[in-house]
Amino acid sequence: MRLVVDLNRCQGYAQCAFLAPDVFTMHGEEALMYDPQADDTQRENVRRAADACPVKAITLDYEDRPAAAGKAGGSGVG
Amino acid sequence: MSVDGHLEALRREGRIVIVGASLAGLRAAETLRAEGFTGTLTLVGDEPHEPYDRPPLSKQVLLGKVPADHTRLPRRRPIDAQWRLGSAATGLDLAARRVRLADGDTLDYDRLLIATGVRARPWPHELEAELDGVFVLRTQDDAARLHHRLAAGPRRVLVIGAGFTGSEIASACREREVPVTVAERAAAPLVGALGGVVGEVAAELQRAHGVDLRCGVLVTGLEGDSAGRVRKAHFSDGSAVEADIVVVALGATRNTEWLADSGLGAGPRGIACDAGCRAFDVRGIVTDDVFVAGDVARSPHPLFGYQFLSLEHWGNAVAQAEVAAHNMVSASAERRPHLWMPSFWSAQFGVNIKSVGVPPMADQILVSQGSLAEHRFTAAYGYQGRVIAAVTFDQAKWLDFYERQIEQAAPFPPEFTTVDRRPEGHQPVSAGFPDPSQPTHGPTVTLSGYSPTDRRVSFTPRRA
Amino acid sequence: MTSVALLGQILDYANRPDPYPLYAELRRTPVVRDESGPYLVSTYWEIKGLLHDPRVSSDARNLTPDAAAAVGHEQDPDLPPSFLLLDPPEHDRLRRLAMRPFGPPHTPRRVFEMHGELAGIVSGLIDGLRGRDTVDLVDDVSYPFPVTVICRILGVPREDESHFHEWADTIAAGLDPIGTAEERAAMAQAVRQARADLARYLAELIEERRRAPRDDMLSAMATEHGPDGQLSPVEMITTSVLLLIAGHETTVNLITNGMLTLLRNPDVLKRLRGEPGLVVPLVEELLRFEPPVQMLPQRTTLADIDIAGTVIPQGAPLFLMVASGNRDPQRFTDPDRFVPDRPDNEHLGFGHGLHSCFGAPLARLEAQLALTELVRRLDAPQLVEDPPPYRQNAVLRGPRHLPLTIGGVRD
Repeated sequence: MRLVVDLNRCQGYAQCAFLAPDVFTMHGEEALMYDPQADDTQRENVRRAADACPVKAITLDYEDRPAAAGKAGGSGVG
Repeated sequence: MSVDGHLEALRREGRIVIVGASLAGLRAAETLRAEGFTGTLTLVGDEPHEPYDRPPLSKQVLLGKVPADHTRLPRRRPIDAQWRLGSAATGLDLAARRVRLADGDTLDYDRLLIATGVRARPWPHELEAELDGVFVLRTQDDAARLHHRLAAGPRRVLVIGAGFTGSEIASACREREVPVTVAERAAAPLVGALGGVVGEVAAELQRAHGVDLRCGVLVTGLEGDSAGRVRKAHFSDGSAVEADIVVVALGATRNTEWLADSGLGAGPRGIACDAGCRAFDVRGIVTDDVFVAGDVARSPHPLFGYQFLSLEHWGNAVAQAEVAAHNMVSASAERRPHLWMPSFWSAQFGVNIKSVGVPPMADQILVSQGSLAEHRFTAAYGYQGRVIAAVTFDQAKWLDFYERQIEQAAPFPPEFTTVDRRPEGHQPVSAGFPDPSQPTHGPTVTLSGYSPTDRRVSFTPRRA
Repeated sequence: MTSVALLGQILDYANRPDPYPLYAELRRTPVVRDESGPYLVSTYWEIKGLLHDPRVSSDARNLTPDAAAAVGHEQDPDLPPSFLLLDPPEHDRLRRLAMRPFGPPHTPRRVFEMHGELAGIVSGLIDGLRGRDTVDLVDDVSYPFPVTVICRILGVPREDESHFHEWADTIAAGLDPIGTAEERAAMAQAVRQARADLARYLAELIEERRRAPRDDMLSAMATEHGPDGQLSPVEMITTSVLLLIAGHETTVNLITNGMLTLLRNPDVLKRLRGEPGLVVPLVEELLRFEPPVQMLPQRTTLADIDIAGTVIPQGAPLFLMVASGNRDPQRFTDPDRFVPDRPDNEHLGFGHGLHSCFGAPLARLEAQLALTELVRRLDAPQLVEDPPPYRQNAVLRGPRHLPLTIGGVRD
């Protein structure tokens, strides 16, 4: 699965590093490093991380987002 | 046909060509589809790869945590595009609305978006640049090659240029426990982008992590062995260093050569465009079918005296691509200006560095929170009595506040008390930017002249 | 100067089941002085702005003496404040040291690897409901679950809970800015006593862990040294008091509010049963819709702050009404609707900025696990009464009991 973090938005809350530590790691207190092509087995953890991000900085590929989000008809997704 | 009918036809069955298949090109393509464009969409890229993300190349990839070909960008939505990858654009015929490709093909368009970005500035001495072991770092292939050589355990790496890329490369080397020398012509790393005061902190960080940092020197020559492998570099102070890898990190050159005879206002400083991302031609007349976005664009910004800013910033590429794409398929009254607040980040030596605004415009700096010595601080930059920029080292949570201050043209030095104000934060000092007439690879914001009409504006902050 | 008399109503127990209409009234003036003294901020962007504003302090010593007297603030002479009520740089150092044994960068996997253990605790609690046709969700699941978890993480014996339950409740009640001056003084006295008792208990435990460390946070705090050194003995006590209270008094509300909201929205409950992954955005929506911490009443200003047409003077008490900001129609579409997969949900349920909730990842996982398991395993759950009886607390708002009838417990 593919993902990207908008590190302009990121403020180092580290929620992703708690919830998907195999994909997101803190480098020092605040700098985030992540695997942009995370293993498919990490999908649930990565979704958890993306939803938990206090500044919504994590973008997942549309194919990796839960189908439900589209069904709700919310505009401005992604 | 009415103007509305024309636009409707364009949206339904027009031909849009995007030259440049990186971050800006991809995000523009997605926005076009999101806006309801159903015509033909073609993306042209000189690299053979699908759009990928570059910031990880100098960090995760060099550290060996992520393979170089694992940074492909996620798609926000399907874009149903024709891809012309591995085929550079070589020419533009404005009158015929046609792009020429390196393979001889041509592409006709109704609207064109140019997002060709920048490339690494090579080592100026061609024979030396060709020595085995001399690298630049801009593309996925560059990163793959450099990582391969770092993994082989070099005796010493020399990084020429201590801007953000050079500093991040040095940081990755140290984390891999590879000996590294950094040569910087200015007095400290990052000086062009962040000034001398913060540059000193960057220098301390490098030295604390075991970098052999040499400032105020030029590399005068690279020397190879009989097999054509680089082995030594000579410095302007007469010293020399033995290195089996040399990374040239001297900033970037804008990819505009292919537009040389097109009549578009394109040159070494980029392609001038208006706030709506429409390109100017050489006569200073704005086009209505050629748009520009990303690193290759330079556009006027009302917050910074309408100067034309060239921004090699990730976030700018995204924001400008979105505005350009929207404007490409919108009537004039529906068009939006690109008024992005310049912002960027860098991670090096375990520290998260972030910036908003335009630090190189500043004359003064004040450490408003935290402490330089602790490498954990927020610094406000002032220009003619107002806040123009702010930089944080491991204090990103405060940056939003300073962004608002810049938007409101708040007075500098700040007149209020803050938490964590230390004695060093009581008086502003000179920000210590080098003489702008000196060539430097450093700044990632380039200021390049005023627009024809320098009007005074009042900028309305986006949430007021 | 305009002022309102809304805080009294918001704090009034009669309005505990539904304070949201009062917040809507409050939002008509985004920043306003309440006649009882404090400045109330009720709109999203203003709250968020102030949470990131370096002119805002969490340290009550920055209140003017008059303001301190008015809100009944008195420094505890025996025990210094925890990092919750401190500013940088002290806050940052203490929080980094507390984070060291809890999360990234030093211990990134502690919470993640508790997943299975947490699931086991919650299923055990639900197993205990077999054979019953009425249950109290609070006493049976949403209270014991997070308490068991925080005890395990810190290394506090679960069986001692009966001792410190009351201390924790007293300290939590002390957060509410209510009552007459005398009542508040009495409350402050009770809180000091409870903190002192809890501190004494934890001090002994920390000493035990120092002598014979185990794999828990108290042991790590007592024995490990990092780049910032170590917490002092007093800092260890104030930090562990804070974490133990927070583990007791907040997640319980998140889980209970969650089940209450699901039972009020049966279509969502049904959907969650068939689509367990929905719980992830659903918990975020809960944090927006029914945040366990309704307001942040312990801020003040280091300078005059001109915001949304009002100047908050230096040293004034400042209440950030996060539950109101979460319902701000300027920020959220259809804010009074519970939309379990709401896009763009940048809520203020865990605060924001420097003091954003320390235990957020743990609270998220606990709520996600508890709600999926409750929905999956409880057969035909029905509310016995709506609204349910609430706790007295206005700041940490949630039902005291949530009586349910159930048709049975599935495997």
